[in-house]
Amino acid sequence: MFGFRRHAVYRAAAFAGAFTNTIFGVLRAYVLIALWHARPGLAGYDVADAVTFCFLTQAFIGPMQVFGGSLDLAARVRTGDVALDLLRPASLQLWTMADDLGRAAYLVIVRSVPPMLIGAALFGVRTPAHAAGWAVFLTSTALGVVVSFGLRYLLAMATCWIVDDRGLQQMSLVMTTFFSGMMLPLILLPGWFGTLTRALPWAAMVQVPADVYLGKTDVLEALAFQATWAAVLLAAGALVTRSARRKVVIQGG
Amino acid sequence: MGEALGLARSYVLLAATWVRAAAQYPLSMAMLTIGSFVVTCLDAAAIVVIFVHTETLGGFSLPEVMFLYGTAGVSFALADMLFGNVDKLGQHVRAGTFDTMLIRPVSPFVQMAVDRFAFQRVGRVLQAAIVLAVALARLHVPWQRAWMIPVMVLCGIVLFTAMWTLGGALQFLLTEAPEIANAFTYGGGQLTQYPLSVYGGELVRAVTFIVPLAFVNWQPALYVLDRPDPFGLPYWLRFAGPVAAVTLACAAGWAWRAGLRRYRSTGS
Repeated sequence: MFGFRRHAVYRAAAFAGAFTNTIFGVLRAYVLIALWHARPGLAGYDVADAVTFCFLTQAFIGPMQVFGGSLDLAARVRTGDVALDLLRPASLQLWTMADDLGRAAYLVIVRSVPPMLIGAALFGVRTPAHAAGWAVFLTSTALGVVVSFGLRYLLAMATCWIVDDRGLQQMSLVMTTFFSGMMLPLILLPGWFGTLTRALPWAAMVQVPADVYLGKTDVLEALAFQATWAAVLLAAGALVTRSARRKVVIQGG
Repeated sequence: MGEALGLARSYVLLAATWVRAAAQYPLSMAMLTIGSFVVTCLDAAAIVVIFVHTETLGGFSLPEVMFLYGTAGVSFALADMLFGNVDKLGQHVRAGTFDTMLIRPVSPFVQMAVDRFAFQRVGRVLQAAIVLAVALARLHVPWQRAWMIPVMVLCGIVLFTAMWTLGGALQFLLTEAPEIANAFTYGGGQLTQYPLSVYGGELVRAVTFIVPLAFVNWQPALYVLDRPDPFGLPYWLRFAGPVAAVTLACAAGWAWRAGLRRYRSTGS
């Protein structure tokens, strides 16, 4: 809740973000439309599915930080402020996650809804048929945010060891934009490479929730996939936090 | 002329300082350079994946789209490397560091452009140049029309730089919303990767006559590739790139100066 309010202060920045997401959504939509006009029914999507997918990817950018946006934590590790955080009587990981989920909830409202609405007005998008579809989609999105947090938390904690985190940030950006399905639907990737990308945690951030939204996948399987990755990443995060605690002690704070 | 040389000299000096600073973290610097190369390779991979599924996109073949991608990519990446940081103006105004720049004896525009000069972005220039080279090897452009290629890359650099400067100038007004400018700079980079024939007619007219991004590569490329304009716009537009570049650069210069005059420190 605190995270929600803290980020709600930056209203202009969020609206500017929504504007940019919308412009990119429109540009990418045209490319996908051209592709699906040349190849109707490609990979089991039709044109409307492809356009919907495109605007969904833009809608996910804010809440899931698809561009690998770092947690404030990384900067706190670099400056040493994290020593203070580790003293707090709450788990560093859970505390950061609560803040991040609040941020995501706020960004869904200001950065995800407008691009979808404009996409719907310009091109027409699909919507889930009934209320249950929406409920499942929201669950899937929430799990996607947790997976995204899990990855970014690991990234931020890595700063404890390598201090300058910009290189890692860059690599994370590469992995996330491509392997989440942000750049192109992962269903377009051929052969074993496509299968591999659909099994990696990044797929849980864009491709899987989008497929849930479009009703292209078995819901239980999709949610289980996301939940598994979320659990694995959070467990890894907890382990890293424990060794970081020792590391900070060695550095003398 | 002497003034311009002076500006270039301070730019180079400051850039060298930032490169030395970045080299203090060699692992990070190597990862940044490789990352910048790889991220754009994935960009190009996306185009290849599209062409796995189709022969033509918007009426253009793979080498033709690679030519468009390469020319726009080289312009965009060079402009971004040399001047892209101008769009960090909002951050500097909010943090008060812009005031520091104003009292130094170097043009604030140069200081902004070179701030945190990121040599690693050369990875992106390289990648776009490779794509362009591959495209040219497969296109066999006759030399009578190939002269346009360096002209269009140069115009593209000027156009993108002007976009960034406009984006920076806009932040004198909208300090809180730097992302608006991204829609036009990075959006322009995205737009010019594909043939404009995939986009709608109104959008293409807008980027021809209002925000002249069509002159980065689309119009001159129609000449180089000797293709009719799918939107039926006049033939002479293919040679209008330099005019568009100079016009937009003047507008950007004016906007920057106007913004600078209007600037009042936050006083904190």
